Amino acid sequence: MLSLIGHFFAQTAPDEFLDGLSAIGAGIGYGAAAIGPGIGIGIVVGNAITAMARQPESAGMVRTTMFLGIAFTEALALIGFVVFILIKFA
Amino acid sequence: MSGELLTRDLGPAVEAEVAADMAKRVLPVLPVLVLVAGLIWGPDGAASGLFAVVLVLANLALSAALLGGAARISLTLLMVAALGGFALRLFLLTAVVYLVKDQSWVDITALGFTLIITHLGLLIWETRHVSASLAYPGLKPTPSKLAGGRR
Repeated sequence: MLSLIGHFFAQTAPDEFLDGLSAIGAGIGYGAAAIGPGIGIGIVVGNAITAMARQPESAGMVRTTMFLGIAFTEALALIGFVVFILIKFA
Repeated sequence: MSGELLTRDLGPAVEAEVAADMAKRVLPVLPVLVLVAGLIWGPDGAASGLFAVVLVLANLALSAALLGGAARISLTLLMVAALGGFALRLFLLTAVVYLVKDQSWVDITALGFTLIITHLGLLIWETRHVSASLAYPGLKPTPSKLAGGRR
């Protein structure tokens, strides 16, 4: 197994190796940056639905806050996305 | 299925109102944003900055449409729309940027930075407005009501 890995590295040019590593890093970074907002949006919407079920008369205000909360949480994923495109395409 | 799961909100589409309000707010600052992007990154940067603003507004509009439509059908569907919509919008954003990345007018750095700055700037601006009025745009208190409350 080790000899196979050594053979692979010996056959790969340093630039290709670094490109591969950066692609792996960009992919993992983008994926990891999307996990947190996914959990955050779940919490925001879950609590908003609970609030609307308890007080339907304040649903408008709750939905406004929920929409802004979702958009703020999504900004984290956008930052991860921008890091991804900067690593991969810039 | 219990009755709670079938509860829906037939009130006004507040998400669409907030998204439209944000679009109105970005219009006066759009030339400044494009000019600054152009000064920093050149003509390609200005075009990419404009494209990033369009992407942010489209992202917010799609989010508002999905959430507003789902809330009118069922609150359970709201959860599906929020999480599914998040994944869908990230996918669409990635697909659009992947499709235009090799165009001559695209500067990826300008596109990325303008995307984040516009998204966060608009949100902070809108949150400040919503916090100041203590209500969503449809319930914004009128000056006469405010004066009546002070007496």
